[in-house]
Amino acid sequence: MASTATSSLTVPAGSARAAHRLAGVRGVWWRRFWLLREWAMVGLIKLCGISSILFVTAIFLFILCEGLPFLRMGHGIHEFFATSDWYPTSQNPTFGILSLMVGTGAVTILAMLFAVPFGLATAVLISEFCSRRVRETLKIVVELLAAVPSVVWGFIGLKMLGPVIVRFTGADTGVNALNAGLIVGLMSVPIVVSIGEDALRAVPDTFREAAEALGATRWQMVRKVLFPAARSGLLAAALLGVGRAIGETMAVLMCTGQSIAMPIDGAFPYLHPLSSVGTMTATIASELGEVEAGGLHYRALFLLGSVLFLMTFIVNLTADLIVRGIRGKK
Amino acid sequence: MSDPADIPAKALFVATPAVRRRLRSQRVAVVCLSLASLAIFLPLAAVLIGLVKKALPALTWEFIVDVPRKGMTAGGIWPALVGTLYFVTLSLLAAAPIGILAGIYLNEFARDNWLTRVINLAVVNLSGVPSIVHALFGVAAFVIMLRWGQSIRAASATLAVMVLPVIIVATKEALSAVPRSFREACWNVGATRWQTIRTVVLPNSIGGILTGVILAVSRAAGETAPIMVTGAIFYKVVARGDLFPYSINEQGMALSYHLYQISRNVPNMPESMLYATALVLVVFVLAFNSVATVLRVRLRRRKKW
Amino acid sequence: MTGNPKISLQSLSVRYGRKSVLRNISFAVPANSIFAIIGPANSGKTTLLKCLNRTIEIIAGSHVDGQICIDGLNIHAGGDVYSLRRRIGMVFPLPVGLPMSVFDNVAYAPRMAGVRDKELLGHIVEDCLTKAALWDEVKDRLDSLGSMLSGGQQQRLTIARALSHDPEILCLDEFSIAIDPVTTMRIEDMLVELKERMTIILVTNLVQQARRLSDRTCFLNKGELVQEGPTEEMFGDSNANRLTYDYVRGVFG
Repeated sequence: MASTATSSLTVPAGSARAAHRLAGVRGVWWRRFWLLREWAMVGLIKLCGISSILFVTAIFLFILCEGLPFLRMGHGIHEFFATSDWYPTSQNPTFGILSLMVGTGAVTILAMLFAVPFGLATAVLISEFCSRRVRETLKIVVELLAAVPSVVWGFIGLKMLGPVIVRFTGADTGVNALNAGLIVGLMSVPIVVSIGEDALRAVPDTFREAAEALGATRWQMVRKVLFPAARSGLLAAALLGVGRAIGETMAVLMCTGQSIAMPIDGAFPYLHPLSSVGTMTATIASELGEVEAGGLHYRALFLLGSVLFLMTFIVNLTADLIVRGIRGKK
Repeated sequence: MSDPADIPAKALFVATPAVRRRLRSQRVAVVCLSLASLAIFLPLAAVLIGLVKKALPALTWEFIVDVPRKGMTAGGIWPALVGTLYFVTLSLLAAAPIGILAGIYLNEFARDNWLTRVINLAVVNLSGVPSIVHALFGVAAFVIMLRWGQSIRAASATLAVMVLPVIIVATKEALSAVPRSFREACWNVGATRWQTIRTVVLPNSIGGILTGVILAVSRAAGETAPIMVTGAIFYKVVARGDLFPYSINEQGMALSYHLYQISRNVPNMPESMLYATALVLVVFVLAFNSVATVLRVRLRRRKKW
Repeated sequence: MTGNPKISLQSLSVRYGRKSVLRNISFAVPANSIFAIIGPANSGKTTLLKCLNRTIEIIAGSHVDGQICIDGLNIHAGGDVYSLRRRIGMVFPLPVGLPMSVFDNVAYAPRMAGVRDKELLGHIVEDCLTKAALWDEVKDRLDSLGSMLSGGQQQRLTIARALSHDPEILCLDEFSIAIDPVTTMRIEDMLVELKERMTIILVTNLVQQARRLSDRTCFLNKGELVQEGPTEEMFGDSNANRLTYDYVRGVFG
């Protein structure tokens, strides 16, 4: 064997040298072009790498620059944040976003009342009590749930859930905070499930084995070991659900009924789930199409958008820091 | 304490009342958890079945390829369907290269420093920005500042920014599955960073990247809020079955926006047409999602190393 | 030592972040010889090779001080790093078959250097696979995936790839770990022949292998150069350096 190798050394060896020369023959200019291409490509990659920073910054700066002049147009910061009358098109327009924030809060709370317990329960079921096969199937179903477009959810709330609510509660209309809350809750379930499941998975198996070795049942193990160990991850799951709920636009636009009044009255001094509400997202969506660029109303909507951006930014940032903290520890 | 060997083997595993109680509570817990999951999945199933049932009467080939007639209350959805294809294709043309290159940067070039942390943070937040805020950005940046007006290209650009994080994250994960030793082997024989990426890293992660792009397609197809103020229009006269009815400088119809309009703002809309439109949109989106899922499962099975 | 050395290191130091890996290494490798580097694990042998072809620069946090010259020219001074790497063939202990066909694996480097000629590529592939003692085993399945070969075959494939760009310097880092003794012998014979055409640096844990093959040997321990000299002297009974003496006799530590 070695002898064949030896004999073949001479002829092809020459051609291997030739390969080297050939690369040289391609010349200085080819080589320069080649290096230039490499340099350009790496530069392009680096540029695209920071694109996400550019876009996030650009989004914030653009809406802030369009929105901030509002405060110099005779409507102060106090009116904007501390009053609840949003009458942008009346003779004497007023822009108080308090009622909108309450509306967003109401929908978010209702949604979370639904999504967090049910979502986390599903996450526990998927991660601890299912066979591999069932788990994979359920995860795919959850993924599909996440993929349904929000306008379709809005449609479902408007046409399918609305009549059901009317029949069961006797409310005048089926589009109200409860409807939007249920729909947005369903929409937030997938993210709660998947992040919650990740959090439970992040608990090392040694914890589980130790608990079961001590004779704990699965459920005891979940309650006494998994929940405390995965607490912050489950919190992050709920927070991301909140972020999703705050930012949800189309479903809310179609399901809340869009009455822009403070959903609190003297006779019933707390939020009634069957009252129509207006939210920040839905207000922007329904009014942006009709405003004159650069006008007072236009600026108010952009300022409202900035507030919305900051709210979701903080929620997502917190959730992300928590998730990252878990990964860092692991 | 007697020697364990003296105790009959069975006695070791006798369930004491305490154990029985715990097992019972476990059973109750599992039943509760299952009921909670059912509370999520059952309505979904009910909704889907209802959707299909009510949509079927209107769902014909005519419905797909015909244009809306009689103030939307008759005819089909062709212009909206084609419009959605326009929005999706254009936004993907913009987002896919940028997103893939950004994913390459994050996985291949980024070092563990503050810049990388900021980029990762930006990606997370970009995916968390509400869609209506994207719409505001689209209006301010593309419609007004770039003077594109309300147009398909303005709307597609807005969508592109929106789906960017989906592609970035998917690309990053796909690339990180390629072993580092492959890259080192290439560097050692004098291949450049880009040559290595092009010839070895990308070909072996293309499936994962494709999954991300397909997910981005499904996301872009379903979005409504970002396009309703940047380029979607209620109605446009289009020839039946025309494949290229729009120019990118004008507004176009979109399936999602069409569904929003006909379900809220068109009186006397036949129920079955509403449901059929919703079903087409859902099928359109879920089809892409299923392809992505199948692709991912397949890839996991067929490893080349 | 006669003439100019092929490679010379002058006070080379490397650290990863704060962790010092190599400290003040200086030696010279004469052309057309086999130069063995021996030493226990974690003594910086692999890092030293990575400095030679400058792949160390891709590792985050690495910092290199000192000078490396090939043919008297500083490798850090100008020139493009890719031509440098093409002058050096590298074989690392873990076999890496790229997930492409066997043919493409070996033709990879020439192709990346701009060779398009199919016939020439065929010659190069056959030649290099033969030198790596792999040709007879894979000549009928050049289309199968390189990453699906057995470990030992992949290691020889790695060697073939390292030869494919016809390097002036060949660095082998514990190449024989994944290969059976008979094949190892064949490759060792090949190395002795290749010495006519290139300078070979052989990092090895097998002291006897270093003794069999090399002309000069250096002994690294914990990032420091303990001793460097002609192999007979290093392994000889009259070696005054206690550490080397013990190590080559396996009574180290």
